[in-house]
Amino acid sequence: MSERVLQVDALARVEGEGALYVRLKGEEIEKVEFRIFEPPRFFEAFLQGRDGHEAPDITSRICGICPIAYIMGASHAMEMALGVSVTPEIHAVRRLIYCGEWIQSHVLHAAMLHAPDFLGLSDAIKIAEVNPDLVKTALRLKKIGNSLMEVVGGRSVHPVNTRVGGFYSAPEKAKVRALLDELEWGIEASRKVALAFSTFDFPDDEHDYTFVSLSDPDTYAICEGRLVSNRGLNIAVSEFNDHFYEEHVDRSNALHGRMRDGSPYLVGPLARYANNYALLSDGAKETAAMCGLGEVVRNPFKSILVRMIETQYACEEAASIVRDYEEPKPCFVETPPKAGEGHGCTEAPRGICYHTYKLDDEGRITHAQIVPPTSQNQPQIEVDLTRVVAANLGMTDADLKWRCEQTIRNYDPCISCATHFLKLTVERS
Amino acid sequence: MTKPKLAVWKFSSCDGCQLTLLDCEDELLDIAGAIDIAHFLEATSEIKGGPYDISLVEGSITTPHDRERIQEIRKNSKVLITIGACATAGGIQSLRNFADVEAFTSAVYAHPEYISTLAKSDAIADHVQVDFELRGCPVSKHQLLELITATLAGRIPRVPKVSQCVECKLSGTVCVMVAHGTPCLGPVTQAGCGNLCPSHGRGCYGCFGPKENPNPPALSAHLADLGMAPKQVRDFYRSFNAGAPAFAEESKSHE
Repeated sequence: MSERVLQVDALARVEGEGALYVRLKGEEIEKVEFRIFEPPRFFEAFLQGRDGHEAPDITSRICGICPIAYIMGASHAMEMALGVSVTPEIHAVRRLIYCGEWIQSHVLHAAMLHAPDFLGLSDAIKIAEVNPDLVKTALRLKKIGNSLMEVVGGRSVHPVNTRVGGFYSAPEKAKVRALLDELEWGIEASRKVALAFSTFDFPDDEHDYTFVSLSDPDTYAICEGRLVSNRGLNIAVSEFNDHFYEEHVDRSNALHGRMRDGSPYLVGPLARYANNYALLSDGAKETAAMCGLGEVVRNPFKSILVRMIETQYACEEAASIVRDYEEPKPCFVETPPKAGEGHGCTEAPRGICYHTYKLDDEGRITHAQIVPPTSQNQPQIEVDLTRVVAANLGMTDADLKWRCEQTIRNYDPCISCATHFLKLTVERS
Repeated sequence: MTKPKLAVWKFSSCDGCQLTLLDCEDELLDIAGAIDIAHFLEATSEIKGGPYDISLVEGSITTPHDRERIQEIRKNSKVLITIGACATAGGIQSLRNFADVEAFTSAVYAHPEYISTLAKSDAIADHVQVDFELRGCPVSKHQLLELITATLAGRIPRVPKVSQCVECKLSGTVCVMVAHGTPCLGPVTQAGCGNLCPSHGRGCYGCFGPKENPNPPALSAHLADLGMAPKQVRDFYRSFNAGAPAFAEESKSHE
């Protein structure tokens, strides 16, 4: 019986270092592994003994693409531990900067890292050679996200203006309001890009996922709400560890997240969309319908469309905050040190990112745990890979390898995050 | 004329510095027109072999494999430039340099035997000759563009090595330490971020690393006068450039 091995030693167009290994014996799939070899950086360990107020800035360095997810998760957890809560005005500015992160991260992934897969091209520069307008539109859209983060946070990678309790300074009204014109352009541009992507030839694939996300009764959850699933889970963020666990497997420097019954689950755009569709804006729902999407999307290859729909939503949400923006006074609430335990969970572009900390009397960290989205998605990625390989055994090795890489990129895996991730090897025997 | 070949390499890092290149939305297509992007895994699946005219290296050396990989990259690169605090000083992960890495591994991972890691997180220059270092956690987009332009033109990039204090004065930013008693690493930190923290009302946290010829003991005395306890002073120096010699030494004198 012939053995086939498909192997990608260093996956491209992902954030961080990962690999893929698939071994087949005839029609039988012997092994499918999504490996993370990004070196471990030991954040939870060196946070011990540090002042709790340092956690947002330190943990933001887990990921240059989604620093706000870490800043917010850590800030929420510290505020809970210290027994304070921020004002609605401060919370609105937090949502505003988070919209910026969703826009820049979603457009980076959808237009520059994932779209080339559907076009048989190596990168966005090659797309620009055949469709310069599409790439220029995407770059301008991505820049809106970065500008928003700069105006509110000082810079787009590792913002400096955020702190436990709120912001060091109130973002200037004139600068915030000046973002409105580009955001309004961005609403239409997101739809245009979504519609352009909706013409892609999507692989025929569906799966009955367990979708886990935050959910809030009043708004499309970004940095508020409870943890829910499409199978009836509905828990407070502080109950995360009662329902989920992480396991350490030898092929990965990232821990694998699972439900307590051992089953895999999916976090990210598809989960948020399925669980919170009703709370999307009318415009975003209209774009989804124009792209041919229902209220639940079970084809993981169509996550690229959901990312653009969420980008449109983020532009609309940011525009509505910007339109009525007044500088919050105060711009932060006082957070005197004390002993306590806190939990924080927000929707990073790739899915829920959970933090929990314990503090001593001086407010120093005695315990830290951070569960990033890509760790949680790893088992589901391997399930998806197995299904996709089984459905496409007739493909040549080169085509199957391409399809496997595309399957992984459906998740916008952030390997830098996950190690707190990828080589593809396919063996066929 | 053949375009110069650019390679972007990643070691232990958050990807934020190479992302800064993709964040040059207005300049990206022009850059791609002027250079041949031969190896940039985060952006393209097309991979061309060396030798490379310019290699940009992000991240620090933390594994036995990475120690070998950087040697190969150096051999294949005419000019090797490090970008960001991980590559120039070991990054936030160099906090392990002050602790027992085995204890760290078992704190994060259930099976420490699966993990291959070095006891220290090293700057790239600790292992190979580096032609230019661009500071920052993350690097500044403006400095990165200047670096690429200058390197293509064959000149040294114009990157000032003065302190953050100079940037405050040039920007007309009120001194947060003198006016508000806010602890600030500005006097010992290299300028270049764009005067971000002080202009937002917070003290500089040193993400661009030590300036040329800094005097940390003088600053530490002032920080103590402001009421900082020794371990607070120690931790102030121990963040994203904890591995930079001037900051590492000063932090040890407050243990």
